[in-house]
Amino acid sequence: MNKVNDFGIPVKEKQTGKTYIYVGTGTCGLGAGAGKTVKAINKYIRDKGLNAELVEVGCIGMCTAEPIMEIKANGKNRISFAKVTEDKAAAILDNVLAGKIGDIKPIYQYSEGLEKWDSVLSMEEYQFFKYQKRLVLANCGIINPDSIEEYVAAGGYKALAKIIGGMTPDEVCDTVEKSGLRGRGGGGFSTGKKWKFARASAAEQKYLICNADEGDPGAFMDRAVIEGDPHRLIEGMAIAAYGIGASKAYVYIRAEYPLAIKRIINAIEQAKHYGILGKNILNSGFSLDILIKKGAGAFVCGEETALMNSIEGKRGMPKPRPPYPAVRGLFDKPTIINNVETLANLPGVINIGWEKFSAIGTKTSKGTKVFALSGKVKNTGLIEVVMGTTLRRIVFDIGGGIEKDKKFKGVQIGGPSGGCIPEQHLDIEIDYESLKTVGAMMGSGGMVVMDEGTCMVDIARFFMDFIQKESCGKCIPCREGTRRMLEILNGISSSYRNKTAAQTLQRFKGVMSLRKLADVIKSTSLCGLGQTAPNPVLSTLRWFPEEYEAHIYERKCPAGVCKELLNYKINEKKCKGCTLCAGKCPVQAIKGAKKAPHYIIEDKCIGCGNCLEVCPFKAVEVS
Amino acid sequence: MSEIKTVLEKYPNAKRESLIAILQEVQDKEGYLSREAICQVGEHLKLPSAKVYGVATFYNQFRFVKPGIFKIQVCRGTACHVKGSLKVLEAVKNELKIEPGQTTKDGLFSLEVVACIGACGLAPVMAVNGEFHASMAPENVKKILNTYRERTKDEQSK
Repeated sequence: MNKVNDFGIPVKEKQTGKTYIYVGTGTCGLGAGAGKTVKAINKYIRDKGLNAELVEVGCIGMCTAEPIMEIKANGKNRISFAKVTEDKAAAILDNVLAGKIGDIKPIYQYSEGLEKWDSVLSMEEYQFFKYQKRLVLANCGIINPDSIEEYVAAGGYKALAKIIGGMTPDEVCDTVEKSGLRGRGGGGFSTGKKWKFARASAAEQKYLICNADEGDPGAFMDRAVIEGDPHRLIEGMAIAAYGIGASKAYVYIRAEYPLAIKRIINAIEQAKHYGILGKNILNSGFSLDILIKKGAGAFVCGEETALMNSIEGKRGMPKPRPPYPAVRGLFDKPTIINNVETLANLPGVINIGWEKFSAIGTKTSKGTKVFALSGKVKNTGLIEVVMGTTLRRIVFDIGGGIEKDKKFKGVQIGGPSGGCIPEQHLDIEIDYESLKTVGAMMGSGGMVVMDEGTCMVDIARFFMDFIQKESCGKCIPCREGTRRMLEILNGISSSYRNKTAAQTLQRFKGVMSLRKLADVIKSTSLCGLGQTAPNPVLSTLRWFPEEYEAHIYERKCPAGVCKELLNYKINEKKCKGCTLCAGKCPVQAIKGAKKAPHYIIEDKCIGCGNCLEVCPFKAVEVS
Repeated sequence: MSEIKTVLEKYPNAKRESLIAILQEVQDKEGYLSREAICQVGEHLKLPSAKVYGVATFYNQFRFVKPGIFKIQVCRGTACHVKGSLKVLEAVKNELKIEPGQTTKDGLFSLEVVACIGACGLAPVMAVNGEFHASMAPENVKKILNTYRERTKDEQSK
C-alpha cells in the first residue's frame, strides 16, 4: 500500500534494488548537451536490460559543470559527475554499477545516510555548496520537476495543508509579516504588510499575480526555480492566495522560457488532478485557479502596473500610483503581485515557522537570497546564500575566483537598476540596506562578475543602451533622458579622430551635465524603471572615476574594450603584404605595396578593428 | 489564412485580455504577424486594427516580416556582453550580411537580438531555432551556420 498525504497524493518512494540515474535537463543543461547524454543513457539501459529509471531533473546550479549525471545504485549514496557528454556516460555507468570509480572522477556524493563512497567529498564539503543554504532551491536539480509525487515525498504541500486545516487568512498574513520576509523582486517591501493592504480592501474578487517576467539581463533565478521545482511555486501561490483571499491567480512568465512554461503548465494540471487547485479545496470553501499569461518581451512589464496593463491586453505602460495595486489593481480589483522567489519562500516559512525563519539572515533582511552568478568567475551558476554573506565569499569561495586568475575589478548587482561594487567593498555583508549604501541594490539577484578586462564605461553604456530601448516612452525624463545619457556615453568612448570643433564641444558639454541629467531622471521619472535607470552610470562614476577620466582626458580605454579609442599598428616584421587588411579598411587608411609591409595612416584610422580581425599573420597590434 | 481562423475559433467571445495570447498564437503558426492577421484579430475582438498594431509593436516578441527557416537569436544580456557577445553578433552580421530584425535573401536565416535567454552560465550564447550554442566565439560562427546550411541541402536532396 502506498502512503498518501493530506491531499490523497501517493508518496513516491525510492525502490530498493533499483538504479536511479539523474540528468540535469534545465535550459542550461540542454544547452551544454544534456539531451544527447539522456539518449546515450537510455540506450545503455536498454542494451544492458537494467532495472533502472532515468530521471530528468532541473538545475542544481552549477552551470559550468553541465551536463551533470548522478547515479544512485547498489544501496550507495547518490553520486555526481560533471561534464558528462554522451561519449562518457557509458564508461561512468559501467564503473559505478560495478561499485568502483574509474578514470572519470565524481565531484561529490549526497549525504543520504546510505553506504558512503570512499574518498569522495560529500555535497556539504564540496566548495560550491559549502557556503550555501538551500531553502528555495532545496529540490532544484534533485527531484523530478514533472512529478508531484516526488515533490510530496520531499515534504511538499505540507505547508498548504497546514494553513488550510488550521490557520485563518489573518494568521497567515501575520505569520508572513512576523517572519520578516521581504519581496525578492527588487523593492524589498515586507510581503506580509503588502498582503494586509489587499486583505483590508473589501472586494468580491481579488487577484494574485506571480511575476515571472524575469527581464533583467544577467538573471535566471526564476527560470531555474520554475524549471527545477514548479510545485513549490504553486504551493507558495496557494498560500498567498489563501492569505489575501484571492480566488484567481496569474503567472506572468516570459515567453522566452519555453521549458519553464511547459513545466509550470504540467504542474498546474497535476495539482488540479489531486484537488490542490480548483473549487473548495479540502472542503475549506477556499477555491483557486491559476492561469498562465505569457509575457511578450518588454522589460518594463516587470513593473507592477505595467504588468497588469499587459495582462489586460494593453501596451505595457506603467500607471501613476496611488492607487496602489493592493487597493485597485488588475481589472480595478485589489491585486497582489509577488515575485517567484518570494512565493517559493512561503512553504518554507510556514513549515519551519516564523520564529525560525526570522532567525536566519541579518537584522533587517531575513532568510536567504538566490543569486545568478555569472560573468568572469570560474563557477558560474545559481546559488542561494543566507542574507549577510559577504561578496568575497560568493565570488572567491563559491564562485572559485576569477577566470584565468585575472584581477578582480567589480561585481554588478541588480541588473540595469543596480550598480557596480568595487573591490574595496568586497567584504560588505549583502542585504537590502547594505547594498544601497554602496549605490547598488538587491534587484532580482543577477550578479555579474567583472575582471580587469572589463571597461566600466562600456558597462554603463551597455545598460544605458538597454534601458533606452526598453523605456516605454510614457514619461519624458525616462524616454528622452536615457537617450541623451547614452549619447553622452557614446561620445566619451568614441574616436577623437576626424571630429569637428563643434562635435568636441558638444561632447564636453555632455560630460559636464551627465551627473545632473542622472539626478533629474532619477527624481522625475514615473516608474521604477526610470527612477533607477541612471544607477549603473552613477555607481560606476562613483567607484571608477579614473576610468571615465582616462576616456575623457587621455582618450584611452584602460581595459582595451572601447574599440574606437585603441591605436592600431602593423608590425613590419610580421606583415607579409597580403593586402587583405587594406581591402577591408572602410576608410582606406591602410597603404602599402603588394608583398611589402603595410602601414596605417593614424589620422585616417577610425579604429573599427577590421584589420585586426582579418589579418592571418597577427601582424596588427593594438595599444 | 485559414490558420488564423483556427486560432481565432479557439477564443470565442474573447475580450481584450486575450489579445496578446492570440497574437502570440498567430505568430507561432505563421512565424510573423501579417497585415491581414492584424486586421482579422482586430475584427474578432472588435478592436480597431490600429490598437492591435499598437499593442503588437510595443512588445519585442512580435515581428512583422517573414522570418527565415532558421531563426538566430544572439543573446546580449549582461553576462554575455561581458564575455564578448558583441563580437559574436558582428560575426553573424558579417557572415549573413543582414542586420538584426532582417531575413537573408535566400530566406534561410533571420537574425534577432534578445535581451537575455537566461543561460548566463553558458555565456556568450547563440540560439538557432531554440538550439543553444554555448561559449560562442566569433571564429565558430561560420562553422555553426554552415551546419545549418548543410542541413537544408540534405533535406532538399532527400
